[in-house]
Amino acid sequence: MRYSLIAAAIAAVVILGLASAFPWLKIPLILGLCYGLAALGIGVLLRAGQISFGHAMYACISGYTVAFLGQRYPGLDGMLLIVLGTLVSVVAGMLIGAFVVRYREIFFGMLNLAISMVLFTVLGKFYSLTGGTDGMRVERPSLMGFELGRSAFETSLLVFVVIAALLVIWGVQRYFRSSAGEALAAIKSNETRLEYLGVSAKKILWQGYVLSAALCGLSGALFGLSQGLVTPEMGYWLRSGEFVFIAILGGSGHAVGAFVGALLYEFLKLYAAALVSGAWQLVLGATLIVIIYFLPDGLIGLLKKRRPALGGEA
Amino acid sequence: MSTDIFILALLDGVSYAGLLFLVALGLTFIFGVVRILNVAHGSLYACGGYAAATLGLWLGGDSALTSLAVLIGGAIAVGIVLGTVLMVLLRRFQDRDPILQLLVTFGAFMIFEDLQRMIWGTQPYFVSDVVNQMGTSELLGVVYMNYQLLFVPGAALGVYLLLRWFLNHTLTGRQIIAVTHDREVATALGINAKRIAYLTFVVGAMLGSLGGALASPTTSLVPGIGADMIVLSFAVVASAGLGQISGALITALMIGLSRSFCVYLMPELEVVMPYVIMVAVLLVRPQGLFTVAQARRI
Repeated sequence: MRYSLIAAAIAAVVILGLASAFPWLKIPLILGLCYGLAALGIGVLLRAGQISFGHAMYACISGYTVAFLGQRYPGLDGMLLIVLGTLVSVVAGMLIGAFVVRYREIFFGMLNLAISMVLFTVLGKFYSLTGGTDGMRVERPSLMGFELGRSAFETSLLVFVVIAALLVIWGVQRYFRSSAGEALAAIKSNETRLEYLGVSAKKILWQGYVLSAALCGLSGALFGLSQGLVTPEMGYWLRSGEFVFIAILGGSGHAVGAFVGALLYEFLKLYAAALVSGAWQLVLGATLIVIIYFLPDGLIGLLKKRRPALGGEA
Repeated sequence: MSTDIFILALLDGVSYAGLLFLVALGLTFIFGVVRILNVAHGSLYACGGYAAATLGLWLGGDSALTSLAVLIGGAIAVGIVLGTVLMVLLRRFQDRDPILQLLVTFGAFMIFEDLQRMIWGTQPYFVSDVVNQMGTSELLGVVYMNYQLLFVPGAALGVYLLLRWFLNHTLTGRQIIAVTHDREVATALGINAKRIAYLTFVVGAMLGSLGGALASPTTSLVPGIGADMIVLSFAVVASAGLGQISGALITALMIGLSRSFCVYLMPELEVVMPYVIMVAVLLVRPQGLFTVAQARRI
């Protein structure tokens, strides 16, 4: 516990230090951590051996909620918007989850994809309400009652994201170690036995699903606020694919994995995307295959093998 | 709705269902033997279409017959090459988690998507000589292309009958059924499961690219059609039940027809319709419409 506290403090200091030394890094860092939150949502489902090709829809739902409420009620505080956006995603996750947890593997993945495609289409078509494919602007709201300029707003958003990420890592790791979290992992290893133990696999998966929707929702609300714009692309399958990619890159052994993967991914994108513009998907696809071949447990698996103590605690 | 529009929608739907069925057939056929849902199947469709269009531009058949030969030749070549590449790739991941295998095909899909863009660019491709060469005919007052009216549904039906005959009446076909049923027992009986898996994969890949090749004269080829097609053909396969060949024919018709009626009546819902059907079917019958209940394996 003490080691992980120190590690968390160091990580937070490094990220904030980087941001104050190079202010242009603020937005990439925020986006990277947002991707990490969403990828952690995918990671929760990965522990159950399930994969979703449509989770970007929860980020999208939450982002649009923030944009919509921000336009309709201009006085709302940023924190309240984040909470409300996440809440709407949670409710959506509860409803959709009740349906999709009856399915496994490819059915699970593709049903999520199908529902996200429906949302993507609807957002693009209802121009009067959602701004169509142009998306909606998110006006910069006040944060905890303070009206901030652009730079200060970004800084405080970054601080908030770092704190949120640390709390989420701690919470999710607690969940993984709880009986519900262990039962979730048992869906992957042997679902039938789980049911023989008197545990409802559907209910367990549903809880995990709602948690993953909440994480993606939180990520979407923060994403929308930091970008100042939400578009239907936020819910496109390619974005869901990115989340899956990051989750696999980081590994689902520990909640930190998703964030390690996301920061690496964001910086790869920052530098590599310019070098190989036009072949970005190719690089991603090839990397995905290489990772699965050599590092099936992701980057975090690499750490765990070297030092079994890491991740054992928390 | 007038009769003209009704007939137009009906014919559009049947022709589209034909294409959809060919692609979905490949998908479900591959799933039956290797137990992997090949996400890269969508790229096979797109590459088949592009290859057929490129060959058509180069060789430019003078008559309907040569044009068709070019189309089908292109599809078969693409199927063999890409099918082999995918099979070799997947063999390396044979004993891994099914989820990871699925992700490998997803990675392959992303690679193919970009390769396609590099080779053929982002400009739409459109080669429709064969459609004009085959002429038109009139049905209840509606003038319609012979290619879409007769050839595409005919080809789909022909492939379906051929495949059924092949599976039920040839030695190799019987072996494929045996491997689908239980790979371990089939291997114990002396069937070369590796060879069968390779064969199935290539045949399935050829069906996917054939679908693309047949679509190429009537649709413009743009980046992204592969992604659309994989989702659509999955909707067909899932509604029918994975591995159900005859069922896929019926669900392909269902989805094809409902989509084309949507185009004429409620164009906003066109894209959503296949998903709505799939979700509705799975809500009532989680295993798909035509799957016989299976004992649960512990």
